[in-house]
Amino acid sequence: MSGGGEGRTPIITFDHVTKVYSLPAGDVVALNDVSMDVLPGEFIAVMGPSGSGKSTMLNLIGCLDVPTSGKVFIKGHDIRTMADTDLTRLRRDHIGFVFQQFNLLPLLNVVENVEFPLILKCGRKECGLKAYEVIRAVGLEEGLDTHTPSELSGGQQQRVAIARALVNDPDIIICDEPTGNLDSKSGATIMEVLASMNQRGKTIIVVTHDPKIAAFARRTLELLDGRIV
Amino acid sequence: MIFFEFAKRNIRLHWLRSLLAVIGITIGVVAITSMGILGNSLVLSISNTLTSVGDTIVITPHTSFQNFGGGSSTSGISERDVEQIRRSSGSNAVIPVYAGGDRIAIGRDVGAATIYGLDPKDIPLLLEVVNGTYIRSSSGVMVGSRIAEEFNLKLGSQITIGSDDATAVRVVGILKERGVGFDINPDFGIIASDQWFSERYGVSSYDQVIVKVKNLDEIDRVKSAIEEKLNRRETTVNVLDTRAILEGILSAFNQIKIFTTAIGGISLIVAGVSIFNVMMMSVTERTKEIGVIRSIGTQKSEVLKMFLDEAIILGLIGSLVGGVLSFAGGYAVSQIMLQTTEYLFVPSSLINILYGMLFGVVTSLLSGIYPAWKAANLNPIEALRHE
Repeated sequence: MSGGGEGRTPIITFDHVTKVYSLPAGDVVALNDVSMDVLPGEFIAVMGPSGSGKSTMLNLIGCLDVPTSGKVFIKGHDIRTMADTDLTRLRRDHIGFVFQQFNLLPLLNVVENVEFPLILKCGRKECGLKAYEVIRAVGLEEGLDTHTPSELSGGQQQRVAIARALVNDPDIIICDEPTGNLDSKSGATIMEVLASMNQRGKTIIVVTHDPKIAAFARRTLELLDGRIV
Repeated sequence: MIFFEFAKRNIRLHWLRSLLAVIGITIGVVAITSMGILGNSLVLSISNTLTSVGDTIVITPHTSFQNFGGGSSTSGISERDVEQIRRSSGSNAVIPVYAGGDRIAIGRDVGAATIYGLDPKDIPLLLEVVNGTYIRSSSGVMVGSRIAEEFNLKLGSQITIGSDDATAVRVVGILKERGVGFDINPDFGIIASDQWFSERYGVSSYDQVIVKVKNLDEIDRVKSAIEEKLNRRETTVNVLDTRAILEGILSAFNQIKIFTTAIGGISLIVAGVSIFNVMMMSVTERTKEIGVIRSIGTQKSEVLKMFLDEAIILGLIGSLVGGVLSFAGGYAVSQIMLQTTEYLFVPSSLINILYGMLFGVVTSLLSGIYPAWKAANLNPIEALRHE
């Protein structure tokens, strides 16, 4: 299956997006007039030094933030016009998050962590994909299902986090330094899991510093001082 | 539901802190409930001893205090005044009473007693005989239960009344114990006929007139009618309406009840503050977790619910334990303060437990609102960055 074909409707569109943070020391321009399209099924790496606007771009794609000016369309929705409830629903149903710190919920065990978005979506466990199937699909060993996150290694935790991101069958998976806290071997396997999800048609955006990680992507966006270079 | 499960697990994880908050609520509920029960028992115990005379208007001469101690009064309520009172009272029973104190002797025992002179046909309206009969003629007397006990009086016992020109009378009836009243206090007294009393002491004016009102709603009307007739030009009689006295006493006790409950309420406020504190700690500690669940699609309202659940669980446990304990607490307080627990098992006392528990849950809920609101409205991006 090919990454992105010409002529398809973009799943993410940035249209002259500027994001300004007002800080006591003065305004900081995190994104400066950025325009881009992401087609369904693309695997994109976002690279750039600290402060270049990577996180801001990710927050906008993840509907956690809205632009100061310009327009961001996710699946055709202009996120600046949407209420918090609708943005939250968009995140829940169409976007999967994978964090550098894994960010599993410490009070829940492996299966419960993965089921959490399912329960958010339909109020019970029996909808969308089966939690166990997803856990197997990301390659987590059997027998760990009832362990708590603190009992797992970093690589295992990140697999659970990916399973959680996948369980509502989202269109877009956003990964913020997904291998930043892992050794290179676990990091590589995590990237392989992401690549295989891309094979199944998910759009994947990975923010990274690591060129080896970026090599998994089909396209790389280089950010510098809030602009794509 | 998952959010309830979340709340439960968080409480279990921080069990000590949660336990302390629960203890706070428990103490608050116990305090407010025991105080409520105590106050209610107090009101009940007072009103139980007093309500039997709540339908009475007592008329005494305005100057009668000067005449206490003597066997008779010179400026009492005259026959004419009694007639006025009868007219003002309509169909309600009007009972003129002679009262005085005198020395008494039973065999070799000597003592003193209050002596009442009553029309024999009026006596059943006021008093109840437990042993013997009501007096019919002027020769017999009835005695109060306490005096009968003290002097070991039985039916047929002879009492010598007076010291100089002593008269002997015979006991024909023993009265039921009546308790403290506003009209007459026969428990330590001797009841004789009015005829005997006026002949013995040579008096013709009464010391007291009692009006028994059949319908409580008439009491104000009758009272003002009597006052208007007798006190028009100058104050000749004092008219006491026992219902007003009772109401005064009861309202004083109700104020005590409110006051004691308020003291309990203060401890509940303290408990609320501790819940608030626990919840704020929980929100601060779990900021990152809130950021995570918000970013993966948890609605604000769901985060709000999660934290409110936590407050409600703490409040429910505290209130349930408090409800059980306050039953014991109410029992102990009643036993110590009132020497009886009979007023604990009545609905108006038991409802305090329900109120106390309700207050406990509501306090917890109110204390949880702000922390929960704060948690729900955290900025997900900043919350995620929080370590």
